[in-house]
Amino acid sequence: MNSIFTYFTEIFHAVKSLLTGMKVTGRYFFSPWEIVTQQYPENRKTLKMYDRFKGEVVMPHNGNNEHRCTGCGICETACPNGSIEVIQNKIEMPDGKKKRIIDKHIYHLSMCTFCGLCIKSCPSDALAWGQEFEHAVFDRAKLTKILNKPGSSILKDIAE
Amino acid sequence: MKEVINLPVKNIEEEEYHINMGPQHPSTHGVLRLVVSLQGEIVKSLKPHCGYIHRGIEKMCEKDTYPQIIHLTDRMDYLSAHINNHAVCLLVEKALEVDVPERVKYIRTIVDELNRIASHQLWWCSFGMDMGGLTCFFYGLRDREKILDIFEESFGSRLLHSYYTPGGLMMDIHPNFQKGVKDFIKYFRKKIKDYDDLLTGNIIMQLRTKGVGIISKEDAISYGVTGPSGRASGFACDVRKHHPYGVYDKADFKEILGTAGDTFERYMMRMYEMRESMKILEQLIDNIPAGDYAAKMKAVIKLPAGEYFQRVEAARGELGVYVVSDGNKTPYRMKFRSPNFSNLSALDHISRGVKIADLVAIGGSLDYVIPDIDR
Amino acid sequence: MNFSIYDFTSFNQWIDQFLRSVMSPFWAIAVEMVIIGLAILLFYALVGLFLVYAERKVCAFMQNRVGPNRVGPYGFFQTIADFIKLMLKELITIKNADQLLFNLAPFIIIIASFMAIAAIPFAKGLHAIDFDIGILYVIAVSSLGVVGILLAGWSSNSKYSLIGAMRSGAQIISYELSVGLSLLTIIILAGTMQFSAIVEGQANGWFIFKGHIPAFIAFVVFLISSTAETNRGPFDLAEAESELTAGFHTEYSGIKFAFFFLAEYMNMFIVASIAATVFLGGWMAFHVSGWNGFNHIMDFIPPFVWYIGKTFFVIWIMMWFKWTFPRLRIDQLLTLEWKYLLPINLVNILIMAFVVLMGWHF
Repeated sequence: MNSIFTYFTEIFHAVKSLLTGMKVTGRYFFSPWEIVTQQYPENRKTLKMYDRFKGEVVMPHNGNNEHRCTGCGICETACPNGSIEVIQNKIEMPDGKKKRIIDKHIYHLSMCTFCGLCIKSCPSDALAWGQEFEHAVFDRAKLTKILNKPGSSILKDIAE
Repeated sequence: MKEVINLPVKNIEEEEYHINMGPQHPSTHGVLRLVVSLQGEIVKSLKPHCGYIHRGIEKMCEKDTYPQIIHLTDRMDYLSAHINNHAVCLLVEKALEVDVPERVKYIRTIVDELNRIASHQLWWCSFGMDMGGLTCFFYGLRDREKILDIFEESFGSRLLHSYYTPGGLMMDIHPNFQKGVKDFIKYFRKKIKDYDDLLTGNIIMQLRTKGVGIISKEDAISYGVTGPSGRASGFACDVRKHHPYGVYDKADFKEILGTAGDTFERYMMRMYEMRESMKILEQLIDNIPAGDYAAKMKAVIKLPAGEYFQRVEAARGELGVYVVSDGNKTPYRMKFRSPNFSNLSALDHISRGVKIADLVAIGGSLDYVIPDIDR
Repeated sequence: MNFSIYDFTSFNQWIDQFLRSVMSPFWAIAVEMVIIGLAILLFYALVGLFLVYAERKVCAFMQNRVGPNRVGPYGFFQTIADFIKLMLKELITIKNADQLLFNLAPFIIIIASFMAIAAIPFAKGLHAIDFDIGILYVIAVSSLGVVGILLAGWSSNSKYSLIGAMRSGAQIISYELSVGLSLLTIIILAGTMQFSAIVEGQANGWFIFKGHIPAFIAFVVFLISSTAETNRGPFDLAEAESELTAGFHTEYSGIKFAFFFLAEYMNMFIVASIAATVFLGGWMAFHVSGWNGFNHIMDFIPPFVWYIGKTFFVIWIMMWFKWTFPRLRIDQLLTLEWKYLLPINLVNILIMAFVVLMGWHF
């Protein structure tokens, strides 16, 4: 008799546990306002990334096309993957002294692991994180970017 | 004339055959290859073949400076990236005898625990998927998203953060961080009930996991099975409790030990641990002291010559970092004791004599992350 | 009762008489068969496509997702796009596979489900053949599908497929018993195996209400065992994607895979329509004795809508099962059948026989 009792209590508990599970999925089925999917390409206009989002490394320029990079190359040594190359130029100042300035700040996005060491190590705060995250391109060469804009110059107070 | 060939008489019922579970297989969560000898549906023995995602992280560390090593450790156990970073940072700080500010310790502990919950949520959803309950996968990921949003707001990335640096943190936490964590705890306390209703209490799940894949306490110790998997067997191996780092000594939490050591116990350990982690978070989140977010470090970090070892409790077990330094800015030799590698070693022992379906469940309950096994 | 506006019998007779008037009886029957074949084929394809879409949407809503929403309004044409994709895909020839059986297997499966659909009454007079042993015929024909699964697993020359097929063989053969016995319970109550007669018998109340407790138990048992028979979750051991990648159809591609896929959904449709016909009154409207006004309103809903509504309700329950429960193990699956469902079923038949004898049903 006891074994028959256990047989039926087992069935009862099993069915109860199954119904508890079905309650959860059933509740979500009837509450479509809990849907969490983001409609990505449609919400592109309203999609705002967090302000600290690490999309890519950029070099901010001000309105006069001036940046803060001195071309010291500290970011190049700090980068663990060799994704930054700094090409320097030497120019002769009016007073006869020779001075290094940046020619090209080359950034290989394809090699970057977004660790942030370049931005942290930069003594003049020339680099920053960009919010752009749609990096897909058809040509790998397009992932190599020159961060200083053509014709840009270094900000006056940094240069001195 | 017809020739009579006497074939050796084979007992077909005892014949074994092999199947490859992986490197491309839905249940191995990555590129692990298990060569399984089967007799019918029963697993006779099993041979893991590692190395499909070997990237030579230990060797790569030898060319990198200590701050640069951090971003490589992210990529070992990518689900507990912060905790991996923590191990290296603690080691460097220990070697240099740097005192990090109290604020850093608090933030690191909180972020570690958040990371642990996120990792266990992903484990839960993939375990549910291994068992065949596909809905679990989406519920787990939905709730993990909340933590990843907190991470993204504060550290800028979702999976591989590189947030800790030797001596402190990359940047201070976002002003919304504390509120976000508190909201998450409130949200997750509700949702974890769904987890129990959907999977824990389910009779099918209990029948499939109870008494399957038992690791005894002795085996757990001799195979070095740590983390929730080891604690399910009664092996008190919580580094946070026995060798506290961060501010774990100030938080009140229990080290829950199991007895059965089977798949269900390993499952329950992680469910308990998520709740314990939330308890730790609740205690610490309001008490973050003000201060600097990094200690003053030299521009070039050079460890004095010698050997150093530091261990932390990663989401899957004990993570050890061993460094031999010759006094340069790069380590001479770096070795990681990854928890998944040791946990995987017990798989052959515990899965003999079970069915294929059980093997998948056991694999899910050991919760291995393949990049951590291969490094 | 007023069914005349939705009665298809006269329509069928009219077609028959028209054809016989213009051609010899042999050709008339041949043309009728072609018409029925085309109609069922069209219905089959449409229902198959819709069920795939419905399953995606149902599981998406259960999982807090939106589901397909790119192709057409609400992603309604998603399955058609998928179907075109599957048609255009390469048919991979497996090395060392038994080519004949490998190519035959999907057809066996799809023919089995195709044959079963012929006996199902969609509305009054709207069925291809009204067998007097309709239930027996459907059970017999739908279990032919297991031959296709076994052949697919055997001929693929793949271990995953073989394991999946063997599991499926053991599973379907055991669960046939429960399906048959649970239907037998209702046959005792109805006193006939003819589908049209079973439906007519439910004019004053569905069998699930008429037979109260034993009928309800039979319904639950039928639901469980028919879910198992169609190889759907939580009994989808034959494909068990986390264990056997895709089970018996691992090696199939393109349209041959689509056949397996379609047959799975059609089998689900067939068992759901049997459940709806036998337990829930088929195309009969919902009537409560005494409430004449209510009954009259219910009669205005066409029988076909009633039938489809009930069938999709049962299908929805089966989808609900699949997207909630984890998968069973093969030994637990057989334990469930032989230790729980079968004894309960046998006792249930006795109870039902007793209830019918004593006249305790409504």
